[in-house]
Amino acid sequence: MKLKFGIKEVVAAGIGTALFVALTEVQIPLGFIPNTALQPRAALLAFLAAVFGPIVGGIVGLLGHALGDAFFYGSIWWSWVFPEAVFGIVVGLFANKFAVKEGEFSGKNIVLFNVVQVIANAVAWIVVAPVLDIVIYAEPANKVFLQGVWAFVGNIIIAGILGSLLGYAYTKISGKSSSLAKED
Amino acid sequence: MARVLTYEEKDTAIHRLCGVTKLIAFLAWSVTSMMTYDTRILAVMFVLSLVLYRLSKTKWSQVGPIFKFILFFLCINLIAIFFFSPGQGTKIYGTDTPLFHVVGPYVMNAEQLFYEFNVLLKYMTVVPAIFMFIVTTNPSEFAASLNRVGISYKIGYSIAIALRYIPDVQDDFNQIKNAQAARGIEMSKKATFGSRIKNTAAIMFPLVFSGMDRIDVVSNAMELRGFGKKKKRTWYMGKKLEKADYAVIAVSLLFMVIALGITYADGNRFYNPFV
Repeated sequence: MKLKFGIKEVVAAGIGTALFVALTEVQIPLGFIPNTALQPRAALLAFLAAVFGPIVGGIVGLLGHALGDAFFYGSIWWSWVFPEAVFGIVVGLFANKFAVKEGEFSGKNIVLFNVVQVIANAVAWIVVAPVLDIVIYAEPANKVFLQGVWAFVGNIIIAGILGSLLGYAYTKISGKSSSLAKED
Repeated sequence: MARVLTYEEKDTAIHRLCGVTKLIAFLAWSVTSMMTYDTRILAVMFVLSLVLYRLSKTKWSQVGPIFKFILFFLCINLIAIFFFSPGQGTKIYGTDTPLFHVVGPYVMNAEQLFYEFNVLLKYMTVVPAIFMFIVTTNPSEFAASLNRVGISYKIGYSIAIALRYIPDVQDDFNQIKNAQAARGIEMSKKATFGSRIKNTAAIMFPLVFSGMDRIDVVSNAMELRGFGKKKKRTWYMGKKLEKADYAVIAVSLLFMVIALGITYADGNRFYNPFV
């Protein structure tokens, strides 16, 4: 687990949040269910968590979602802010396994990344978000679960495609740590 | 969403308060309005937020466009609640007083109307609070003040960096978007789903990778200046908590306790005028 919070993580959390907020603007609507759309920023969060670990993932999710909501919509929907942090933390827990920075994010690691992101999305959007919606806002259960399922589907699509591609492209340019071959 | 909410320098009692004070007051306010469904409390909070809006000398042009946007989403949400669950009001308040027939099996009753009115009111109490917080709080001062109330300065710095770089990253974003548009990438509604994902990637990849470069540059610069070596640091923009700050914190916490006390006095969070 990457539980370090050094200089790189401080900056990554800050600039990652800024990226997340800027990408709030990019949305691909998902039909007539209010406030749900394909959100490319979810792919960014998955990518950052996979590279920098759970602390950065959690901060970017929490702060990015809250600030993004506040700046663009003027209201913070808290019951959807916390699941975003949960998602970042869960994906981040496996950061060492993905080895994105070490240049080994391909094949098996990409499969693992996708398994983890689907589970993380399920926990965040099908369990945490609707439950908080009901507890905090007393909204009708069937509405919030449907919204949660839509968000889940949208986010696994976007994190699966764009998140995997981001990781793969970044791992290519960051260089392998084990690219040296031992000479006989 | 061309313009987002931003801080504006003014000299009012609200602007002079410490950033942390405003954060605590804002959080207490949010928690209260999240927990309560008591119409009387929400109405009082709504009136108070109008008073605060006056006091902060915020101009309508600063918040108007975003406010209209929120109202639009709010309307969709209210309509959706009705069609997903027309009996929610009855479930909460326990009575059923039909008012008028809407369409098909949907009948609007007084309880549902009242419940949705409460949802509306809840929004109307939180939205002004967040407007006030953003337009009256200087981001640098806010990050510095966070450290004073015991939050690790590394977290404070993360927040400061985020607030500092949001405009820069947005500029990058717009430049990349325009550059890609000039190369003929279609971002409008006309594009198909697959190509829209591809086009989003065409903007996102340069943006994210330039962001990763920026992370390297900034963290190297901070490392050279010895960031994180000591347990404490000093701040240029930091403010001390003054008497007014303590007063505001005390009043807002007291308000939260009293409001929640009144709300839960009868055992649940709803105010029921129907029985």
